[in-house]
Amino acid sequence: MGLLAFFKKTKTTAAKTPNDRGILVFENTSEVIRAENLLKQHDRSIRVMGPPPEIRTGCDLVIEFPLIEGLDILRSLEAENISPLQVVPVTGPLLEPVNIFFTTDYGQFLMVQAANMKMTVDQTSLTVVNVSGGGCPDVPYLAAEMVGKRLDEAPSPRSIGHTLCGYALQLAYEEIMRKCSP
Amino acid sequence: MFAVVGTVPDKNFPLLSGPVDLSDDKLIMGDLRVPVNRGTPALLASAFQVCEFFNAPPPAAYLVGDIGTGAGSRSLYAYLEEKIAGECFTSLTFHYIQPDVDWHNRVLFAIGRMAEPPVLIADAGFMYAAKMSGQSDAYEIFTPDIGELAFLADADAPHPFYTRGFIFHEPERAPELISKAYQHDNAARHLLVKGKTDIVADAGGVIESITEPVVPSMEAIGGTGDIITGLLAAFTALGHDGRKACIYASTVARMAGVLADPSPGSQVVDIIEHIPMSLKQFFQT
Repeated sequence: MGLLAFFKKTKTTAAKTPNDRGILVFENTSEVIRAENLLKQHDRSIRVMGPPPEIRTGCDLVIEFPLIEGLDILRSLEAENISPLQVVPVTGPLLEPVNIFFTTDYGQFLMVQAANMKMTVDQTSLTVVNVSGGGCPDVPYLAAEMVGKRLDEAPSPRSIGHTLCGYALQLAYEEIMRKCSP
Repeated sequence: MFAVVGTVPDKNFPLLSGPVDLSDDKLIMGDLRVPVNRGTPALLASAFQVCEFFNAPPPAAYLVGDIGTGAGSRSLYAYLEEKIAGECFTSLTFHYIQPDVDWHNRVLFAIGRMAEPPVLIADAGFMYAAKMSGQSDAYEIFTPDIGELAFLADADAPHPFYTRGFIFHEPERAPELISKAYQHDNAARHLLVKGKTDIVADAGGVIESITEPVVPSMEAIGGTGDIITGLLAAFTALGHDGRKACIYASTVARMAGVLADPSPGSQVVDIIEHIPMSLKQFFQT
């Protein structure tokens, strides 16, 4: 490894240390999803993560962000009337969302599972035929809004969901979109 | 009488309590009719069929509209905290509710003031809150699927979404996950792990594995777990112990699945309508 490469690597690693990161805490998951959408549109280097134990209530997400960009990020959020409850530095490891997908191909139907959520589509019509799993109250609501609609017509879980289960369904939805795209 | 606590995916559905009725694939509560094709209404419809089959009183329900914002769930939690101590139920089954540890604890405390302690069953969001609260031992039965079992097995996970990567979701690892869940005091006295193979377990390990009949497409159909929990709630209320109620619920649900012969695109109501026949086959042959 050349000296330049060594320094580059060192710099990259240092930028990812927890001391450089903060978390935005919101009132509910819907707010997190709105904020995530906005900040990703602005190409911010953020990640949706699990909150540290001291602020967990049972169904929550936080947004991890580079502390140095805090002021800019808050300004962007305020411009869209999104207000975090707290902005705190990361002091310990955050929980990473599940990122493994399980796929079952039934022939005509394809089911994708992300964490505790499953979505099934008819591969010939690309219609959402079932949503299952989960335990938060938006799961039956998401099912009611999505089942029977084509993937390109159904609302995305991100746009109408409110909870971690809704967020997990979004991951399954994205994976299905990826698998079913031409 | 037993009661079921849960939500309806309609933000305008008011907080209601009382016995339910079932007619033409609709759950009837007061003047309101709710489709039974998913969630707590599907659970109640399944429980209702058992009650009707055995000429037992129908289940009571505590229902509120909630589409995931948690507003309805919080009003339901508050109502239960205030009212439940004065009620008399043989069992209480908790279902789709926004998980909230503080509210869970307040409701559990109120249940502790009931004159006769009911058998407690938790599924879905309330099971998540029960695990997070560290009071899983207050419950007779949890009904996780394999992903939720991994969550119970992971001492640090606050929700199945965060189950750590080294806790594998493979069904063949279920006995190991069951052991970990009990090791961390994150399991009820009985677990009914729902999947291609339904597993009944307690702190001693796997008691029973139910593999037949098998209908692979049922895994894809939203609400099949709700059927099992509904049957379980009813069988428990009829006096069956946790182990027997789990085995009966699993088998009757599978038999209804066979009768429905569903595809992965079928809806759960297509299976619910076959529950009376599956009960007849199971108990009268």
